[in-house]
Amino acid sequence: MNPDERIVPPDLVYVTYIKTTPARLWQALTSGEDTKRYFFGFRIESEWRVGAHWEFYSDEGVHDEGEVLECDPPRRLKISWRVVALEDARDLSPAFITYEIEPAGKAVKLTMTQHQPTPIQRKYAEGGAQGWPMILSSLKSLLETGHALDISMEAPQ
Amino acid sequence: MAQIEEAADTNVFRALADPTRRALLDALFAANGQTLTDLTAGYGMTRQAVTKHLAILEDANLVATVRRGREKLHYLNPVPIHEISERWISKYDRTRLVALSDLKKALENESDES
Repeated sequence: MNPDERIVPPDLVYVTYIKTTPARLWQALTSGEDTKRYFFGFRIESEWRVGAHWEFYSDEGVHDEGEVLECDPPRRLKISWRVVALEDARDLSPAFITYEIEPAGKAVKLTMTQHQPTPIQRKYAEGGAQGWPMILSSLKSLLETGHALDISMEAPQ
Repeated sequence: MAQIEEAADTNVFRALADPTRRALLDALFAANGQTLTDLTAGYGMTRQAVTKHLAILEDANLVATVRRGREKLHYLNPVPIHEISERWISKYDRTRLVALSDLKKALENESDES
């Protein structure tokens, strides 16, 4: 299949249960010190209010960015998401990522939803579908054991 | 803690042990976000039987559901499978396993064509 063929990817709904608190999970999603440990080494930065800009950056510069659309700590965060580090992704319409945090017994349920309403290259659709489970597993490991996982996948180049 | 983890893994393996439930996951992999009606259409099974299988998949966290109006949409959730594989497969092994799996696919496609 042609990796550059453009498709509208199906919505993704990924769920993981993490033994932590909603407040700690919210912090892990929104603080650069945490994200660099489980998200390809990228630090996240934003003022975390509706309408604010957010970005994922490393020493090489900004990789992803977007706008904060909903922000209700420590329950719900919705952001638009553009990959700006990749030449052939810069002109794409943004994806929408929502994190929902709910208490679940002694753990916390994290639901990550990805909605991409417009066509994107098949390689990016598949990369997202495969990459998110790794990132969420790594986040879980970081919060439960203090160690993130080695992610075998490279950030999209 | 470890016991909760074990119970979660056991639910995943039990859920995957049944061929009908694996077929339901395949159906969601092919088209994510289906309703019970969509999922029932593909099988010679009653709604009740499909509902029961979906509940087991949901308990194992292999299927995530989202309400949309009166409908409930079902989504494939591969995160628990990834968590289990992390337990036995290291970063370096994975690269080799991917290579082996690609080789298997390539050779099997070759023999299909001949």
